[in-house]
Amino acid sequence: MGTWQAATTILFKEVRAEFRARELLNTTFIFALVVVVLFSFAFDPTAAESRRFGPGLLWIALLFAGSLMLQPSFAREHANDTLDALCLAPVSPFAILLGKILANVIFLGACEVLLLPIFAVFYNVALVPVLGRLVIVLALGTFGLAVTGTVFSAVAAQARMRELLLPLLLLPVLVPLLLASVEATAGLLSDTPELQRTWIELLVGFDVLFFTVSWLLSDFLLQE
Amino acid sequence: MAFGGYAALFIAPDESTMHAIQRIFYFHAPSGMVALIAFTICFVANIGYLVGRKPHWDWLAVAAAEVGVAFNTVVLITGPIWAKPAWGIWWAWDARLTSTLVLWLLYISFLLLRDLIADPDRRSTFSAIYGIFLFLDVPLVYFSIRIWRTQHPQPVILGGQGSGLDPTMRKVFYLCWLALTGVMVILIRQRYQLERARNEVEELRIEAERQTPAVGQV
Repeated sequence: MGTWQAATTILFKEVRAEFRARELLNTTFIFALVVVVLFSFAFDPTAAESRRFGPGLLWIALLFAGSLMLQPSFAREHANDTLDALCLAPVSPFAILLGKILANVIFLGACEVLLLPIFAVFYNVALVPVLGRLVIVLALGTFGLAVTGTVFSAVAAQARMRELLLPLLLLPVLVPLLLASVEATAGLLSDTPELQRTWIELLVGFDVLFFTVSWLLSDFLLQE
Repeated sequence: MAFGGYAALFIAPDESTMHAIQRIFYFHAPSGMVALIAFTICFVANIGYLVGRKPHWDWLAVAAAEVGVAFNTVVLITGPIWAKPAWGIWWAWDARLTSTLVLWLLYISFLLLRDLIADPDRRSTFSAIYGIFLFLDVPLVYFSIRIWRTQHPQPVILGGQGSGLDPTMRKVFYLCWLALTGVMVILIRQRYQLERARNEVEELRIEAERQTPAVGQV
């Protein structure tokens, strides 16, 4: 079985499992929504203000939600020792990892699709004119989040207090990603919307670097 | 080596042009460099472990990470002590300060992760994987924070330190740097041996339990 084929099989398995349980998406989306709402209490969301801190808020909500959502990605496999079964399958460990990463990209993407309109309404941000470029930023940011999050979820699954540990492992590493995404989004939501190249390059760099390292280390990550 | 460094510190005051407070610089800046060296050692040890699977790489990794965090803490503590009289504030979200803080957070979580994985083999493997990610993240952190901060220039910052050191000051500075690097080497060695001893105790304990199997269970 080729890597790609195996990865898509895992991807479908993850999506099907989620579709049956419907626990991950619901909780994550509601959590992100709660964060977005809570921010409006912490800061007064007038039009000018919200344009200033809106991008940061959106990404913080996504990052927090993501760090919660990615946690079960591997921990869930522990419950029935299904990870061992997966690793016994005659496919490369990278295929398993890739399948899970792609599944998480889809879950996070679904969350964003639900969250964005609400965010736009609550904080009075005009997203439609810059939607195309915003999707680029979101896609790059989400991919980076999914890659690191999935790998670290496999790491955290080995430890005690894993629910608490994943955000702790993940969030400091995501500082460059957060900065780049927030600044790129802020650039799009400013009075003269533009896609700032430096930040996009940084996002691409982050994604490429960590995806490559995940690929290189996947053998060690899933060898048990 | 460390001895010479400490001596140099107390001789150094003659060179200080600012107030006495400027002397902290001889500790502050070299500590930062030494912390980076320690983290680099940790990174090399992480790779070494994944390639060779020898436990001594893991001991080196944890030793280097802990010593690195210690030096990094020195930087973060001496920094504000100097900044308060020099800038008038304890902390500013300047590029360097912020990246140093993030660096500290990264390696603290590395050590936390190690604490929370009970099985020794898994601890070594998974912390090595995480360590590699961390180290590769460091340049990205520095780079991103730097662009971020130059885009929003801060009015204060960039005081002190003076561009271009006085020759004698430079000598003292390099001496301190060397000395602190020496301290680092010694500390890492000590910590390495401690980790090895700990490992031996662990193995002996397992061995002992194997020989008297019923004790713990009945």
